[in-house]
Amino acid sequence: MSTVALSPPVEKSIERPGSLVLFLRYLRRNKGLALGVIILLALVAFTVIGLLTVNTKNAYPLSVALKKPPSWKYPFGTDFFGRDLLAAMVVGMWQTAFIGVLAGGLGTLIGVFLGFISAYFGRWIDGSIRTICQILTPIPVLLIQVVIAGSLDKRDVTIVTMALIVVLLAWMGPTLVIRAQVLTMKERQFVAVAKLSGVSDLGIIFKEILPCLLPFIAAAFVAQVFVAVFASFYLAVLGLGPLREPLLGNIIWAAQSQGAFFNGWWWWPIIPSIAMILILGSLALINMGLDELANPRVRRSE
Amino acid sequence: MTFKLVIRRLVFLVLVIWAASTIVFFIPRLSSRNALRERFGELARTGGFSPEDLEKIIANMNQQFGLDQPLLTQYWHYLGNIVRLDFGYSLYRYPSTVSDLIAQSLPWTIGLLLVTTILSFVIGNLLGAISAWPRAPGWLRGFATPFILLTGVPPVIMGILLLFFIGFRLKWLPLGGAYSVGVVPTWTWVFFFDLMRHQILPALALIFGSVGGWVLSMRGMGITIQGEDYVNFAEHKGLTAGRIFRDYYVRNAMLPQVTGFALALGTVVTSAIIVEGLFGLPGIGTMLNLAIRSNDFPTIYGIVLFITIAVAVLMTVVEFILPLLDPRIRHS
Repeated sequence: MSTVALSPPVEKSIERPGSLVLFLRYLRRNKGLALGVIILLALVAFTVIGLLTVNTKNAYPLSVALKKPPSWKYPFGTDFFGRDLLAAMVVGMWQTAFIGVLAGGLGTLIGVFLGFISAYFGRWIDGSIRTICQILTPIPVLLIQVVIAGSLDKRDVTIVTMALIVVLLAWMGPTLVIRAQVLTMKERQFVAVAKLSGVSDLGIIFKEILPCLLPFIAAAFVAQVFVAVFASFYLAVLGLGPLREPLLGNIIWAAQSQGAFFNGWWWWPIIPSIAMILILGSLALINMGLDELANPRVRRSE
Repeated sequence: MTFKLVIRRLVFLVLVIWAASTIVFFIPRLSSRNALRERFGELARTGGFSPEDLEKIIANMNQQFGLDQPLLTQYWHYLGNIVRLDFGYSLYRYPSTVSDLIAQSLPWTIGLLLVTTILSFVIGNLLGAISAWPRAPGWLRGFATPFILLTGVPPVIMGILLLFFIGFRLKWLPLGGAYSVGVVPTWTWVFFFDLMRHQILPALALIFGSVGGWVLSMRGMGITIQGEDYVNFAEHKGLTAGRIFRDYYVRNAMLPQVTGFALALGTVVTSAIIVEGLFGLPGIGTMLNLAIRSNDFPTIYGIVLFITIAVAVLMTVVEFILPLLDPRIRHS
């Protein structure tokens, strides 16, 4: 009897697609998130290409002809002070992104830190952090920011101080969100097991809980960026921004103070408004999309 | 609601007002800017009095307003003044107090706020409820979509877009201001209609800017409530669709919306103020704009504190109304 050599069964390889492919597939299901990401990427492309090709000096007063409507030479027109609005949009968009990411990042960091401490250690630490958050939440934050920005010397108001002013009163949201999540996480079995096996507090926080929280932290970060962009925009619209910089809110403030509509310079306030709608719209879409990603239970019923 | 809970809410209200007052007291004192010195320095440049006189005037003023006393004494006086709603004098319109100025412009702001807030809350909740109601006809449900798309647009930008399309392009409505140039404020219908014409665009800006938020949250509430047993039960009892919609569906979905309304009050009020400033309507917003432009610090701080107190009080009031709407809170 000859033995038949059995050829090893051909293993049908099931490859797990790369994370990028998975992400793209998810985007197909989560249309809002996809649209938000697309708009955001377009804005980033506009800013980056603009910074490379447009003369950013033209974003400052007295650099080009005054009050020219949109044309081939100045696609977005120029304003009363001799700013090329295309250059102003490029620089303004970059500054808005800078404020948003800096203030959003700092706010989220503070929020994650305080939220963890509050939920993990409990007792009086939790009590005091929660009480402070609750007392500060009903106060209209923008108005307090008006007081801070107004008290500063005009020369001290820069893009960075704008971001810091915003952060000062915008960490309560992420703190409460992260605290609530850590509280539910803390009761899960895997944390109890880790605790019983003698993992230290820090070990549990960084190795067990934090990785599970990443989607929530990402969602909180986008929400914070939205809040920061919104708050700095409002401050600038009130004339409390760094007045020389072409921040979107500053341009609207200047246009309104010069009576742009009364004088027929319609493009002056409209261009930064459209830019702001795109920025806030994309952030809102991404925020809603991430909510769905982090918490599939709130799926919309379509 | 028990007596104990009422007391707790009131203590919380006092804490919120105290925290806001304390922040507004200490922040300007950390800054290097001196409002009095800036104002009188400016007067000195235009009015031509010598630097020594300037120092004397400032010393005199400091004494008169108690600014030479220790910080804690000042703080104590300040808290006492806040309780009496006394925010001191305006720097630029000196003999008038900040409270007087606020009292002058407050009716305008309240009028605009009341109308727009009620309209946007009612429209938003109704559209949100309908858009999530499976039995509503398709065309009716579609009404909510444009508002949902507008959710991310702040009221100020909505105001600029409305100014552009309706005021500038179509020339249907005025571009800003309280009333037309050349019209004398009198108690006539002509003047009244002119006044109202100037209020339409700001009101629309505020309504369009906030309806979307209510639509979204009400829609979410509506979707969760549909699956509830009591709604199914009402259907099986054979109640009419209108009755189920009103008494079973909207009634229950509304409760969290009222809480949400209390939380949103701060944003609602600040948006109204900024939109007012944008359109140059008489009111707190324009007053704040002018105060910022002229470095009138006492007025800025006064407005900020007044609004904070108003928002905190309103929030507490809404929370006291809640038990009237929700028997579960009333009887617990």
